[in-house]
Formats: sequence, structure tokens, C-alpha cells
Amino acid sequence: MATETTSQRPLPAPFNNSTDSLTLITQGAEALLYKTTFLTPTTPAALKIRPSKPWRHPTLDKRLTRQRILAEARVLAKCKRDGVSVPAVLALDWENGWTVSEWIEGVTVKEALRKRNLEEGDSAVQSLMQRIGHAVGTLHSIGVIHGDLTSSNMMLRQDPTTHGTLDGDIVLIDFGLATQATQEEDRAVDLYVLERAFGSTHPREEALFGVVLEAYGGVYKGARATLRRLEDVRMRGRKKSMLG
Amino acid sequence: MPIAIGLEGSANKLGVGVIQHSVTPPSPHDSAHSDDEVPFTSRRSKSPPVQILSNLRHTFHAPPGAGFLPKDTAAHHRRWAVRLVKQAMKQANVKVEDIDCICFTQGPGMGGPLSSVAIAARMLSQLWDKPLIGVNHCVGHIEMGRAITGADNPVVLYVSGGNTQVIAYSAQRYRIFGEALDIAIGNCLDRFARVLGIPNDPAPGYNIEQLAKTGKVLLELPYAVKGMDVSFSGILARVEEMAAKLGPGWTDPESGAQITKGDLCFTLQETVFAMLVEITERAMAHVGTAQVLIVGGVGCNIRLQDMMGLMASERGGSVFATDERFCIDNGIMIAQAGLMAHQMGFKTKLEESQCTQRFRTDEVLVNWRD
Repeated sequence: MATETTSQRPLPAPFNNSTDSLTLITQGAEALLYKTTFLTPTTPAALKIRPSKPWRHPTLDKRLTRQRILAEARVLAKCKRDGVSVPAVLALDWENGWTVSEWIEGVTVKEALRKRNLEEGDSAVQSLMQRIGHAVGTLHSIGVIHGDLTSSNMMLRQDPTTHGTLDGDIVLIDFGLATQATQEEDRAVDLYVLERAFGSTHPREEALFGVVLEAYGGVYKGARATLRRLEDVRMRGRKKSMLG
Repeated sequence: MPIAIGLEGSANKLGVGVIQHSVTPPSPHDSAHSDDEVPFTSRRSKSPPVQILSNLRHTFHAPPGAGFLPKDTAAHHRRWAVRLVKQAMKQANVKVEDIDCICFTQGPGMGGPLSSVAIAARMLSQLWDKPLIGVNHCVGHIEMGRAITGADNPVVLYVSGGNTQVIAYSAQRYRIFGEALDIAIGNCLDRFARVLGIPNDPAPGYNIEQLAKTGKVLLELPYAVKGMDVSFSGILARVEEMAAKLGPGWTDPESGAQITKGDLCFTLQETVFAMLVEITERAMAHVGTAQVLIVGGVGCNIRLQDMMGLMASERGGSVFATDERFCIDNGIMIAQAGLMAHQMGFKTKLEESQCTQRFRTDEVLVNWRD
């Protein structure tokens, strides 16, 4: 399914001399994500490599890579400690620009919604929306802003028996843009990004977005103020019209 | 063969240019339905071959250490508008009868200078009895860049004294993916040039670029990328503090050499350009294109072009940039975008020809592209 590694640039040590095959999962502007194993050949793990950018001054490049890897790892560690379901960080190296984290078995919420059996009715979607609201509410209650909440950045932890359904625990992934912030505005924008992403990616499920907000209010104590702020953000719109 | 005259004066440059499209593209009615079945083709989006008949510019330079004030700049434009139009017509060797439309910058920009030029355009329109076309300055830059470089559907980085935007085309609009949240990149550079007291002639950014070539030490500045957006005011404040520290007492701990103005310019450029390349790359990954077009005055900077080129080549694409004739504000870019709109039947009524300081790139219906 996924392609074997054919990266034109060598991988950082120790992955450059590994005999295990590395499978490229996705490539973004910032990082490459591989599936690999960690410590034992039967422990699957996710390897996120931030390649150095040759156009940046080497000092600046090192500084940014270090800052970003550490910031992401710190947020993930905080989430794990405070009970938000995220992949655990297993190892990292800011000099060489990589992070290894727990491999989540399952599918993204986006895939799950796209592939779901439409005859199942809305109750399964409602339950999923509740779990999403719960996950985001817990995240905000510990003072973390995800920064890029979309249905591709949420996974459903599944095993072969639940494959193809909407069951499974929500695991939030990709904290590359995450910040630790306490401002109402940040939380409201986080929710707004999710709402917009849902509207454009899953128009059929958009009507159920209220369920997300309801469940959000159920776990996060400051939700009333955030939801009021969300109204303002919606009215204001994002000043730009974005694609997708 | 349609000919347009364009007047630009949104900042301290007064530009007048005459442009000619050598092939008349099909009328809007012909192409509209024939292309319906095949979206995303480039058949009609190819810009018609463009001939530049004249391209004149006169720049108002403030003394070193100062910026250009709207009042003085507007007076400069009023003083030069008629002379420049006469000269541009003469150089282009066209008669009034040959002109199809008068294009002018309707915004965004500084209010005073904008209205001086708008008055000149209205006057010409009534005097010569030619239709008036109000043009968005940013769209002018993009269309000129596309016409000159031949870039078909690039991600556009528009960087100038007043604007910093990452733009991509979709569904007849130039959509803004990311932008500066506070001051523009060019404003940041200009203001730093003022702090250093280096000349505004030919351009403060140009002089910073030359000084930066002498710099070797990279100092630490804030790096402010927020998602797809950037912010420069904090960086400017920090580098201004550093400029105040310059002197024999401040040396590089590694080499022991004294920190120079050149080091500060080098540090500033390396930092802010890395931010711009980063948000451009993000937009390219999102849109899935490998072409980048850099437009706007800061786009002349060779270091920025080189950095962007490295990034684009790594993504299997290339960078398109132009030189100072087209990058820096000019009249032909306004004529170019105006003529494209004119050929789609667009006109600006006299009573709707007031200019506006706030005119966003995505407000313009780009109906001359698929």
C-alpha cells in the first residue's frame, strides 16, 4: 500500500543503517513520517523526521529544529501525563532532527467517516462526535492548543474487529503547531478551525457539529466563555477565505 | 490590438506605462462555455503575448533616516503625473486614439498618493473619452509577474513595503493563504534602514541587501511564524535594540571581531526570509504545486530569490522572479491587469472610481482565468 522508502536524502543516524524497512506514510512541508520499529522488531513506531532546510542559515536551522522538536515533545508529554490520549514519545534527537513515537493502530477520523457504511445511521456518528468533543475539551482543560485540529489529525484506535466502523478511542496526533496557551481567543480559534475543517471535508456530517461542542462543554469547565468567544470568531470569520 | 495606459502611485513611486496585447484573446462569450467541460486546463489562462511600449517611473526619495510622508508623496505625484504621461505616450509612440482604456491603482496603498493618481486618471478618462479601469495593486503585481515569467499557475509570494502575502489562485480569485499579521516585510526593512541611517536611494532594501553581503555573524532574533502567517514587529524591535548596541564594546564571542551593521543586516535578512520561504513552502504543500512566483519590491532581493530557488528545486519545481523594472511598483503592471479585466468587459464608473486604502487581493473577481 504505502511506498518503500525512496527518499533522495539519507536518513539520519541510526535509521540510515537499519535493516528494517522504513515505510513513508506522509510528507508535509515540515516533516516526513515513516513507519518503523523501535527497540524490538515487533514494536511498531512512528518516525517523524524534520530534514534540515538547505536554504536556512545552518545556525538558524539547528535552532528551529531543536525548538520545534522539543516543543512538540513537551506538549505530547504533558498531554500524556494529564490524561489526553496522544501517542507517547519514545525517543528523540534534536541534533539530527527526529522523533520516534508510539504507533497508533487504526485510521484517521477522516478516513473512517469517508469509508463508513451509510446505512448505519447517525447514532454512530453522534457517538464519534461526542468522543471528539471530549478529546478536545480535555486537551483545552490542560491548557494545550492543538493549532491544526482537522479530521486528519485525529485517529481512531482500532483493531481488526472494529475495522470499518466508527468505534475506537480518539487519539490526537500531529502537535507540530501546538502551543501551551491560556487565552480564550486561542481556544476559540482552535474550535473554529475544527468546525471549518469539518464543514469542508465532511459536509454531510457538518450538521452534527453541535454534538462536538456539547461534549466539549461537558468536560471543559471554561467552555461557556470559549463558546461565546467562538460566536465572535465565527462572526468575524477568518479575515481571509482559505481553501480546503 | 488593444493598448492600455496604466498609472500607479500607491506609495512613493509614480509609474506610468503603456502596454499592448499583440493577440486579441477570444471574447468572453466564446470561451465561457467551451471551457465548461474541462476545468483546470491552461488553454485560456495563458496570458496573451505582451508588448511593453513604455515603462516610466519617478520615485520620491525621503532623506536618510526618514520615511516618505503621504502629504509629500502625494505632492510629488501631482507634480510629475502630467509630465510622465506625456513622456510615456511619446516614448510608446502611440496616439490618444490608439488607447483603449485608462488603468489606475484603486488600492491598496496610501490614501494621499492614491487619490492624486486617481484624479489624474479620471482627468485623462474624461479628456480623452476613454473607459476607466480601477485595478487592485496586488493583482497588478501578480498579472505582471505571470506575463513576464510565463509561470502558469504558481503560488505567489507578494512582498513589498506595504504587503506581505502568500497567494494561490482558485476558482477565479487570488486567495490569501498567509500574510503578515502586523507590519509588512518591506516596511520592516525600510524602518531598519532608517535606524542605521543608510540612504533611501535607490531603495532602502537594496542598500540593506548590499550591506548584508558584508555580514558574517548570525545573531539570534525572534522567529515568528504562526501557522501560515508571519509577524515582523517584534523582530524589528529586537534588531533595533541591537543597532543601539553597536560599537567597539560588542564583539562576536567566537571570532572576536566587532559586530558590524553588515552583521545586523545579514541576521535580519536570513531570519525574515527564512520565515517567508517557510510559509510559501507550506502553501505549496497544501496546493500541490512546485512553482513559485515572487513579486513586489522585496522580490528583487537576490538572497530571497536564491533561498526560494533552493526550496523550490527540492520540491522538484522552480522559482520565477523578475528584475526591478517589473518587481518594483510600475505603471505597466496596472495596465496589464487592467487590460485583462477590460477585455472581459470590466469598467469602473466615474462615480465608483474613488480609491481605497484597504482593498484585499481576494476581493477581485479574476474572470480572465479558468
